[in-house]
Amino acid sequence: MRVQRCKGTRDLSPDEMARFRLIEAVFRDRCLRWGYQEVRTPTIEYLHLFTSAGTLTPSMLGRVYSFLDWDGWSGERVVLRPDGTIPIARLYIDTMADKGLARLFYVTNTFIFEETGKKTRERWQCGTELIGVNTPASDAELILLALEILNNLKLKNVTLRLSHAGLIKALLERLGLSLEEQARVFDRILDGDARALAGLRTEKPELDGILLPLLGLKGHSAGFLKNLKAISARSLPEFEPYLNNFIDVVGILENLGCKYQIDIASGAGFEYYTGIIFQLYSGREKIGGGGRYDALVPAMGGGDIPASGFALYIDRLMNSIEPEILRKPGGQSVLVRSEDDESIKEAFSVASRLRDAGYTVAFDLGNGEPADRRWLLDIRGKPPKYLLRDTVDSSQTEAQTPDEILTIIEEKSGHQDSLTKRSPSG
Amino acid sequence: MDIKIALPKGRLLDKTASLLQVAGWGMDGYHEQARLYNLKSGTYPNLSAKIFHERDIPIQVAIGNYDLGICGRDWIEELLVKFPSSAVVKVSDLGYGVGSLYMVAGLADIGMSALRRKAARGTVRIVSEYANLAESFALKERLSRFSVFPVWGGAEAYPPEDADLALISSRNDGEFTGMRMTPVARVLDFSAYLIANRNSWDTKNLDRVVTSICESCVRLPSEEGVQEELEIQPEVTRTGKGAEDGLIRLALPDGHQQAPMLQLLEKAGIKIEDYPSPTGNRRPGINIKGVAVKVIRPQDMPLQVANGNFDLAITGRDWLIDHRYQFPSSPVRELLDLKSGRVRIVAVVSQELPVDAAADLSKVIGERTTPFRVASEYVNIADRYARDNHLGRYRVIPTWGATEAFLPDDADLLIENTETGGTIARHNLKIIDTLFESTACLIGNSRIRTGSTKGEKARYIVEILRAAVEDT
Repeated sequence: MRVQRCKGTRDLSPDEMARFRLIEAVFRDRCLRWGYQEVRTPTIEYLHLFTSAGTLTPSMLGRVYSFLDWDGWSGERVVLRPDGTIPIARLYIDTMADKGLARLFYVTNTFIFEETGKKTRERWQCGTELIGVNTPASDAELILLALEILNNLKLKNVTLRLSHAGLIKALLERLGLSLEEQARVFDRILDGDARALAGLRTEKPELDGILLPLLGLKGHSAGFLKNLKAISARSLPEFEPYLNNFIDVVGILENLGCKYQIDIASGAGFEYYTGIIFQLYSGREKIGGGGRYDALVPAMGGGDIPASGFALYIDRLMNSIEPEILRKPGGQSVLVRSEDDESIKEAFSVASRLRDAGYTVAFDLGNGEPADRRWLLDIRGKPPKYLLRDTVDSSQTEAQTPDEILTIIEEKSGHQDSLTKRSPSG
Repeated sequence: MDIKIALPKGRLLDKTASLLQVAGWGMDGYHEQARLYNLKSGTYPNLSAKIFHERDIPIQVAIGNYDLGICGRDWIEELLVKFPSSAVVKVSDLGYGVGSLYMVAGLADIGMSALRRKAARGTVRIVSEYANLAESFALKERLSRFSVFPVWGGAEAYPPEDADLALISSRNDGEFTGMRMTPVARVLDFSAYLIANRNSWDTKNLDRVVTSICESCVRLPSEEGVQEELEIQPEVTRTGKGAEDGLIRLALPDGHQQAPMLQLLEKAGIKIEDYPSPTGNRRPGINIKGVAVKVIRPQDMPLQVANGNFDLAITGRDWLIDHRYQFPSSPVRELLDLKSGRVRIVAVVSQELPVDAAADLSKVIGERTTPFRVASEYVNIADRYARDNHLGRYRVIPTWGATEAFLPDDADLLIENTETGGTIARHNLKIIDTLFESTACLIGNSRIRTGSTKGEKARYIVEILRAAVEDT
């Protein structure tokens, strides 16, 4: 019987790993430049971290990988991390709460069961959390950072959709729904059901003319929100603080020339959002999202600390990356052959020197090495003789010393690919 | 074309047997005392049946071992709530075996909001035979922190001392007056259902069989007035409070172990009032001051001792070992071998399988293209046995009794207990390995401090029982 991969999981091939690492490198580089610090949390957490009030929806919690640990006779279950943000909030409360403002980022996998097994049940994401501040400027910072990362990944057709969790919740309340019904509809919106609001009707017909159009409207400017504020000011005064907050954030984005679409009824993500919610698309595919979740840290017993963050979905970004930005260091790669036992020590030592100088060097183990190396270096005899072949122009040069080899390679490859010699910063 | 149906043991057997009689299936061996579990219909030559514990039926139908099955909707939902894509079609409500699942609390007037507050402060403990439905309830009700204890039975005995909530089935329309519990929520209404495997339903001609069931069930006498007696017990006051300092909490087994235990306890000078109880009382009195007794399933005892709900319990070594395989660092220890109820835990295969010892298994398995199926009530012992014997790609199928019925069609190997080997031989099976011997034993929590009031009292009970055992 052939041993198979577990249903709903994926392997990452060398090509896919190259894409993965590129995304990770760009993400890390940008985050570090914006003053964020990297953290990592355990794969296994207590289930109750995620069942705490107002964190994940029951539909999400019904699909987590939970089990009793080997010492779990108390009946308390542990879980494979189903979400990236909540563990970071726990980490912050555990060890960083006294430091006030924290700019954190992470690259992690999350585990959520998916029925068909056609989509992956282990997902990778890279995300940031900005904890301890709740100004419109901090919301704008996260959106701009996310867009900058996507821009650096040269992603095309990136669009930004904005909504506001406070506004959605106020709307549901105003629709006259019971608390349970409100929670249910909000869960559906957050689980990505765009039609969740369409079927609703208010119990107060006089509000239909204002509320339902409000949900259906889409706009592209702060002016749009100001218009909404104007039509709702008298009948729906409780919307005002949320609209004002929303207007402040888009005002900053607008001043910076950032394009966006406002779609109140959208807002996939998590139950813990309280303020602005943003979603990022490349074409029709959602590649990330985030928002403000001021109630999360308090709900976890961490005190009255506001927070916001976003995550980019690495699995989806990997499909969207254009091949040309995946530069391979192939031009700088050397294959070393030593055909007799005498020269093998010399071969290892030359290879080591070349690697220190920044080249990728592999030994020919005689098992059909891939032929995509730029340089082939044969080492023979004692004292050793070096024969260097350039596969680009098929020229051959005999060299006497390792220094000579280095000089030839450097001269011929020139500076045009010196970039590829540099390892990713970070 | 052959049609296979899974029929229930237990609470639905009588009614289902009447149904099949009305339907004229000629299914003679289907009655309470059935000694063989494989049945043939005298009327429909292609129709065969097997008797299962009701709880196994939705699983057997879902995995396609049976085309049809009859079982309560409670067990169907228990499967579907955890595995919604299971290949089960609910064909028809048969109308009998009516009841509801209630979430009950041991305290008066506890509401959902109070429970949520409790969950925010600590852990809400829920005990049930329906572990999946209990978990789904906790998630839907957004309890921040909860533990679900799956039990084999007697869930109603746990609250309030040993659990905050119990999800229990009741045929009695939620009548809980006179019992020390309050219903918190009605979780599910159920009755007997005819179910089908989705693939069989899509591809096979089941119409004659299905029609005969559906038409006959209309002709069954109505359920009114045949309400079964509720299993929940009337109020008893003998149990002391858990908080009482130095109180020893002792768990005694229900079921067939009661008679020999009573004998031994009497010999040790321990008198238990109302045990075994004709009314099913689960809180009998005891003549030792500072000891409280509850009657629960032996299978559930090691876990309950591990988490401190009980200090001492009388169970089988088989269940202690199963528990310790699941939780190797558990604080539960065997304190005394009571030397009764001796059984062997054995590995069993069909007579047809060319295997005489455990070592031969891997050869048979190597030639297969499908996973090797190990069925057992002892899930952790079976899993460990499969690992230790390098059974390759295997599956452990949890069962709830009548495991012999699984061979050879629905499992390849059983891990079973046997006293004489008679049942095994009668089912045309053979023993290929003995894992260990099990007898009744007294277990306790190693974290009870020696020298403390509690520790001394526990030691006293161990000593008088030891004297009684040695005197035998």
